[in-house]
Amino acid sequence: MTYLADVAALTRKDLRVELRGRDTLPAMLLFVLSALVVFHFALPEGSGDTAAYGLLWVAIVFTALLGLARAWVPEQEHGVLDGLVLAPCDRSAIWLAKALATLAFLVAAQAVALPAFVLFFEPLDATALAGVLLADIGICAVGSLMSAMAAASRAREVLLPLLVLPLAIPLVIGGVGASVSDEGGRFLLFLALYDGVFAVLSWASFEYVVTE
Amino acid sequence: MGAALLLALVIAPEDADQGISQRIFYIHVPIALTAYFCFGLGALKALLLLWRGEERYDLESYVAIHQGTIFGALTLITGAIWARASWGVWWTWSSNQLVLFLVLFLFYCAYFMLRYSLEEGPRRARSSAVYALFGLALIPVSFLAIRLADDFIHPTVFTREGPQMSGTMFATFCVSWGAVTLLAYVLYRVELAGKRLDADLRELREALR
Repeated sequence: MTYLADVAALTRKDLRVELRGRDTLPAMLLFVLSALVVFHFALPEGSGDTAAYGLLWVAIVFTALLGLARAWVPEQEHGVLDGLVLAPCDRSAIWLAKALATLAFLVAAQAVALPAFVLFFEPLDATALAGVLLADIGICAVGSLMSAMAAASRAREVLLPLLVLPLAIPLVIGGVGASVSDEGGRFLLFLALYDGVFAVLSWASFEYVVTE
Repeated sequence: MGAALLLALVIAPEDADQGISQRIFYIHVPIALTAYFCFGLGALKALLLLWRGEERYDLESYVAIHQGTIFGALTLITGAIWARASWGVWWTWSSNQLVLFLVLFLFYCAYFMLRYSLEEGPRRARSSAVYALFGLALIPVSFLAIRLADDFIHPTVFTREGPQMSGTMFATFCVSWGAVTLLAYVLYRVELAGKRLDADLRELREALR
């Protein structure tokens, strides 16, 4: 039970830091809305209705990248990450807490972005929304790990998109499929598979990334 | 390698559908299979590094992935040549194999970016190892994703009934595959020896300072 308590404590810390600092979430929100407006102008006349769904997923991925880039910044100041690693808790709990907090921010940003999308472009059905949620889980799981890797490097802002985008490709395929195709269920199943595989892999390997 | 090329170009019978352009598949498919094998080897060495902690696995994993990336790039190039000869275009998104390799190529290029941006040491070794394992997990997941997304027009080489090739063609394919694997192995050993020598030289320089 202490594992869950650790995760809960760390997630609460992240949420509280964000509520007090308010730098990541407003940026993500504004970014996704601006991106949607740009997409309206980016889609030429007669593109077809389904093109908008593709662009929605591009917006989601890049908003997530924005959030992930700042995910470990609070831990880097004052060497907090080293302190957490030294603490007597399972290292993977740190990853889980970070992934959950980032997920919370992403969902919060989407709570505004998705209605805006429906307003500007096309309606979204339940399969599409389920796809968005599953893809969010996937991208936060993988992205939190990659962000920790990139945080230790010299070129962190540049490195994070490079590391995450190839891994995000299956998520985009799954998400667009869930939004557009008639057999959305297969894509949802695929997204769940992706989440399962990569969440477990991230959970297991986080320890090796943060320890010296 | 010469014997394999000779067999591929001269002795194997022409495939009825595609004629002479089909011959490149004797090179393309073994290169693709070798690339997969190299990525798998890299991931295995990475796992050994994380599990056993011996430093030599880091360099072995890196060299294996380097070889895999080179062969991956060759797969894309030979695949493009084949696509041009068979379908008249240099690139097509309907070819699942090519799209999968493109995704993997991007992924493993990012591997090198990760390595170059971290300071040398156990942290770099471990992060690279974790990334290599992610790459291995990405191969089947990507394959599934791409299959879900597109029609499948890449000619299937091995079906469940067995290789769809006649006797001589299959023999040529095996020789070619053996030759490419041997090439990959030789390159791997050469590069590993070279990198080890570099590392030893650097250590000596540090010691003499």
